[in-house]
Amino acid sequence: MSSLQGAAPVTDGQPPQVPAKAGEDAPRASSPAGRPRRRATDWRKRLEIGILSGPAIIVFVAFVIFPVFLAAYYGFFRWKGFGAPTDFVGLGNYKVIFADSAFHDVLVHNAIIVVLSLVIQGPIAVAVALLLNQKIRGRSLIRVLIFVPYVIAEVIVATGWSLMLQTNGAVNDLLQAVGLGAFRADWLADPKIAIWSLMVIISWKYIGFAVILFLAGLQGIPEELSEAAAIDGASYWQIQRRITLPLLGPTIRIWAFLSIIGSLQLFDLVYIIWGQYVASTAGTSTMATYMVANGRTSGNYGYGNAVAVVMFLISLVIALIYQRFVLRRDMAGAVTQGAK
Amino acid sequence: MSATTIDRAPRLARPNRRQEWGSPLTYFIALLFIAVCLAPVLYIVLGGFRSNSQITTSPAGLPSPWLFDNYLNVLASSTFWVELGNSAIAAIATTIGVVVLGLMVSFVLARYHFRGRGAMYSLFAAGLMFPMTVAITPLYILVKDLGLTNSLAGVILPQIGFGLPVTVIILVPFLKAIPDEIEEAAAIDGASRLGFFIRMVVPLSLPGVVTTGILAFVASWNSYLLPLFILNDPSTFTLPLGVQAFASQYSVDTAKVLAFTSLAMIPALLFFTLFERRIVGGLTGAVKG
Repeated sequence: MSSLQGAAPVTDGQPPQVPAKAGEDAPRASSPAGRPRRRATDWRKRLEIGILSGPAIIVFVAFVIFPVFLAAYYGFFRWKGFGAPTDFVGLGNYKVIFADSAFHDVLVHNAIIVVLSLVIQGPIAVAVALLLNQKIRGRSLIRVLIFVPYVIAEVIVATGWSLMLQTNGAVNDLLQAVGLGAFRADWLADPKIAIWSLMVIISWKYIGFAVILFLAGLQGIPEELSEAAAIDGASYWQIQRRITLPLLGPTIRIWAFLSIIGSLQLFDLVYIIWGQYVASTAGTSTMATYMVANGRTSGNYGYGNAVAVVMFLISLVIALIYQRFVLRRDMAGAVTQGAK
Repeated sequence: MSATTIDRAPRLARPNRRQEWGSPLTYFIALLFIAVCLAPVLYIVLGGFRSNSQITTSPAGLPSPWLFDNYLNVLASSTFWVELGNSAIAAIATTIGVVVLGLMVSFVLARYHFRGRGAMYSLFAAGLMFPMTVAITPLYILVKDLGLTNSLAGVILPQIGFGLPVTVIILVPFLKAIPDEIEEAAAIDGASRLGFFIRMVVPLSLPGVVTTGILAFVASWNSYLLPLFILNDPSTFTLPLGVQAFASQYSVDTAKVLAFTSLAMIPALLFFTLFERRIVGGLTGAVKG
């Protein structure tokens, strides 16, 4: 997974474009087997590799890899975003970040979000996926409806939920109406509650994706296995525990990976619901909102980039650890081939 | 949550292969879950049919009487349509870019043997760890230097780049699963590697392609952070930016905001509903020989 390592061979596929032209027709003309022919196919193969992978690699490196390295570079400067950065401060930005108590809060919030996302969404999504994997009527309609929250834009989700959760909003009104008025609360502003409100919104928004993945994984598990087990007298629950869940393992592990990475980079929901300044007092600020508030919004682009680098390194370390110990076996193709 | 309940429900339904009704409990839980998923959406949609005074007096109530003014006002404003058009252009261009480039590079990664292939795969896989959030500031500067701020191209190109990792990770196993025999047969019939790619691989990998295409489309349709940085001119706004701008401009006019918001979510929902079956199918890996 090392990105640096990957950068070098990229050029490999591209250079031989010109000379290969000559060899293009050769392999077809059933030349006697041997060196010349192999050479020609070799060139042709390289040409094909270059043409097919070149555009993707160029776009990817230019707009994904390069900016990340730029961020690392800018992170060493005190820089307001105009002209070339000149005020080199070395690790100064990083010292400020790690000394800032607001950043410590942000780390705690992100940790909570990562853990709770897994703990809340995982079990519910598995249960729902098992439920929907049965042969019931209207299954495809049910599936569409469950995925609705996932498809709706974060902005829309945030706008809707923030209106509902206002002090005089629909949720409190509803609680009052069903006689639970005692539970009315300041869902967004109360620092004790806000993070839980956020977790509810996150779970609501993203659980559909988990269900999609798990359903896909379940459909890759041959039905014969559970049928055979049923014939051998296994109960439904035993079948799920001994056969389905282990075979769904790769899909679950991939989902958990995506969920962790997503949680670490949470931005839109918090930024729109709480705004850039309220988020920290409400206890929902994340690394990303901290980055935007202290970087772009306050014009300290150098500092913002340093925050981005810290965020990236944290994500990277967590991802590498996860891959080393959890994902090792199923990185290639787990999403698509759960059972194999 | 429903461990004990599922426990018993499906056993009744299982053994019979024909379409059965299944246990009522299953439906009950499914309905409950759906209700939770849809309630906030309904709140937004129904809120658009109410007036502000209705919303203030009874925030969780139903429209009475039903008012259509909010929706009609939004539909009559050019802002909405311009933003809809911008979102559509960005999403369609992103989808085409991601799918075409992604399929090409995935084919190379799946079916060619060459030095550095593993590294190339790792490069793209590593992209999962290069989230847009991290790169956003330099990306903004890069796009600015390219002179693409306030243009949809400035949003589309980075989105293609960031869409590639997921596409590659989904498509490579898909293309690997196409049996070698098919390729050999095609070769015997005189098809070149590229001919094989266009005539056999593209059609066979369609489910995977549709899946990645939908993911790219929805991601672009919903994206907020990148347009927020790149697009400052309201005439280039995409819908998410529009929703937010509208919400702050008319912050007192809750009903109108709700109407705008619910209209903004229709296209993505429609698109997704049409292709939903493909998503699950695509993720399952449909090529099984």
